[in-house]
Amino acid sequence: MEAKTAPRSSLLRPERIQRFLAFGGLIALIVVFSLASQYFLKPDNIGGIFLATAVNGVLALGVTFVIINGGIDLSVGTVMTFSAVMTAQFITIWQMPVPVGILAGLLTGALCGLANGLMVTKMKVPPFVATLGMLYITKGLSLVVSQLKPIYFNDTPIFNQVAMGSVLGDLARVVIGVFDPSNPMVLEPLANPTIVDPIKNIVLVFFGAAIIAAFILGKTILGRYTFAMGSNVEATRLSGVNVDRWQTAIYTLCGLFAGLAGVIIGARLNSAQPALGAGYELDAIAAAVIGGTSLSGGEGSILGTVIGAFVISVLANGLRILSVPQEWQIVVTGTILVLAVYLDRRRKK
Amino acid sequence: MGEPLVVMEGIDKSFPGVHALDQCHFELLPGEVHALVGENGAGKSTLMKVLSGIYKAEAGRIVYKGKEVEIPNPRAAQQLGISMIHQELNLMPHLTVAQNIFIGREPRHHIRFMLDEKALNDQAQQVFALLHLNLDPRIKVADLTVAKQQMVEIAKALSFNAEVLIMDEPTAALTDTEIDELFRIIDDLRTKGVGVVHISHRLEELKQISDRVTVMRDGKYIDTVKTREASIDRIISMMVGRTIFEATPEVPEKPSEEIVLEAKNLTRGNLIKDVSFQLKKGEILGFSGLVGAGRTEVARAVFGADPIDSGEIYVKGIKVHIGSPNDAVKHGIGYLSEDRKRYGLALGMDVEENVVLAAFKKFLGAFGWVNRSKTRSTAEQYVKMLAVKTPSLQQKVRNLSGGNQQKVILGKWLTADTNILIFDEPTRGIDVGAKSEIYHLLNNLAQQGKSIIMISSELPEILRMSHRVVVMCEGRITGELNIAEATQEKIMQYATQRGEVLLVDEPAPTSAPLGDA
Ligand SMILES: Nc1ncnc2c1ncn2[C@@H]1O[C@H](COP(=O)(O)OP(=O)(O)OP(=O)(O)O)[C@@H](O)[C@H]1O
Ligand SMILES: [Mg+2]
Repeated sequence: MEAKTAPRSSLLRPERIQRFLAFGGLIALIVVFSLASQYFLKPDNIGGIFLATAVNGVLALGVTFVIINGGIDLSVGTVMTFSAVMTAQFITIWQMPVPVGILAGLLTGALCGLANGLMVTKMKVPPFVATLGMLYITKGLSLVVSQLKPIYFNDTPIFNQVAMGSVLGDLARVVIGVFDPSNPMVLEPLANPTIVDPIKNIVLVFFGAAIIAAFILGKTILGRYTFAMGSNVEATRLSGVNVDRWQTAIYTLCGLFAGLAGVIIGARLNSAQPALGAGYELDAIAAAVIGGTSLSGGEGSILGTVIGAFVISVLANGLRILSVPQEWQIVVTGTILVLAVYLDRRRKK
Repeated sequence: MGEPLVVMEGIDKSFPGVHALDQCHFELLPGEVHALVGENGAGKSTLMKVLSGIYKAEAGRIVYKGKEVEIPNPRAAQQLGISMIHQELNLMPHLTVAQNIFIGREPRHHIRFMLDEKALNDQAQQVFALLHLNLDPRIKVADLTVAKQQMVEIAKALSFNAEVLIMDEPTAALTDTEIDELFRIIDDLRTKGVGVVHISHRLEELKQISDRVTVMRDGKYIDTVKTREASIDRIISMMVGRTIFEATPEVPEKPSEEIVLEAKNLTRGNLIKDVSFQLKKGEILGFSGLVGAGRTEVARAVFGADPIDSGEIYVKGIKVHIGSPNDAVKHGIGYLSEDRKRYGLALGMDVEENVVLAAFKKFLGAFGWVNRSKTRSTAEQYVKMLAVKTPSLQQKVRNLSGGNQQKVILGKWLTADTNILIFDEPTRGIDVGAKSEIYHLLNNLAQQGKSIIMISSELPEILRMSHRVVVMCEGRITGELNIAEATQEKIMQYATQRGEVLLVDEPAPTSAPLGDA
């Protein structure tokens, strides 16, 4: 008669299954592409995939919070661009130190997110509309501030050098140097990169951001309320939680991640490209959704989103290597997205 | 009993078109269970929502422990020690039981913004231990039955160490044992000096648990009486403002022998096990059993809302395939769901639109547009017949009181004019007056030759209304009784007949009654 309901084995919980699904899909893609092309698994190419994932991945981290919360953020792509432009404005035009520029970029993103949050909670504008408005606003502001031209970080090469350097590679060289000081990897690093050299520093920034995001989502109050509000806002409100404030915080956090993405993309391209950005939000949302985040709220995970971001960049990279025209790559990405959500629905039935 | 815990005076509250509370008065003593009764839409929930900080009254004052207080939001109410269990379940299905209970005040790690998940689960466990509840705090609420979810709500409200506990129809979805359990907890609280407000339409319940009763009618305070000194009849007449003449149960007319619906060996996983039954023309077939026995599951399977693993359905002797509710409606089957919010209503649409929703085709004019005057008159007719309390046909259903929402669903299926109607708990949360209206209606429908399956957890209702009673337990049909031989005891016996016992009673009873063993 002790009919205690046992918790299902944690591995078999639905959201984990979806993550396995996404992970399995990722592995399958990698296997297929590496069989189809020898170039695919070359360190340089892998480094390229990581680089491509970094920007979209950081955007997707923020978007994951908003979607689990039951909202949507369409503005992350252009907020990213605007943040990059502001960073360039501070560093190149106003000749401020690089760290100040970086801070300005992050702050710009966070402020845009804050504005989104206030529109949603105080002005009661639906998230779709509020962030769509922000998409246009930041797109326009980027062009206004930059006067329609890219701004280069020519006076501060260190910005790009640090971003595109590889701490991991340096570390590997130090270790190798201890055992074998005459190794060509140590003596001529440029001609003989170590296997980890293609992992650039900005990729590490992405992983660091992911770890922080996972911590916030899983271990903090903010994370708990993100799920609670996505699951049932009214019930959360009735429980005495200040829903408006937490929702604003979530949009601000998402903006902050977009700001970080802006700094990253600026450093990577060694410039702020004001015309870039639109379309990135869709990749970010796609990454979250492929990773099992539910657009109706209440479900999702950072690990899933990271996997989802890799699925998208591996797909793009692999198809490019196989010389599939770019327009077809887009078609395939769309198909994969629908397929992922379809499988998710089937599983839940 | 000393100073009152809460005094509400001259409370006024209006919604567009509705004067929901008119100079309302309410008083709660410590250590008292105070029942709040009234017809659907009388303003009970609204009054208590004012006390728990969800609505702000336009006039009046609230005195709490001798001091006048402002209660601008739910948080303020909680801090004063007032907590409320709402008429609709208010849980977050994606979160675990423990996370739900402590939402908004989770135990923190010594780093302030971090959660302490272990302390959370431990504290939830302690609350359960206090309530003698056997529940895993780490299980997701979505995976619990409605009754268990209700228990989680109660545990949550109690975990505040509330001094005032308001329960808005907490028993509507509970079985008798669970209600007993709840009452034991309430008794406990009473001895601890907690003031409990209990809103319910089950008047027998009030006798059992409450010390005093306050009656409301049309947003007005009518009177407060000691439960011991008031008869149920007197309370009812205060509620409706007239003495209703409780008709002796109409003995239903004998249905014809024509079988309109037959289910054969329906099976769906563990929920429905080899269920077969027949429904005759003009018959009211009662489905009895404990909550969770699988009655709703059978209804949903017949209606095509859930897929079945195996089994056959015959309508008027012809085998049919019902893969979706759309198929079911085509074959003349209507289903009135027990969970009105989730499945029964388009909450954002108005009363008129909801009433005609299931039978839209009937109202299409020559060029495919909707004949408004026809929809209006139909909606008007049912609103009147069912006494739906609404300021107009254009009121959003979301804004109706719980019981009135239920009536709108009823109107919807009556409009659809299907020949086979499945009513799942048709009178849950419905006041006495409207209840006898609904009984009357069901009888009329049966007399007109419609066939009705009525799922109900209230035994008196089953015994009063049905021609035949099918009893379910754990997904099986464990017995079938003609109304002449059915008694509460026999039904309960079948309703608790678990799998092992059944094996002894081979062959499995699919249609024949088990005998009086
Ligand atoms: N948010 C709202 N907007 C508009 N009208 C409302 C709202 N909430 C309640 N009402 C109206 O106020 C009146 C009182 O409703 P209330 O929910 O307090 O009734 P109740 O006594 O709890 O009834 P029930 O027994 O059916 O739950 C009803 O006429 C209802 O339609
Ligand atoms: Mg109510």
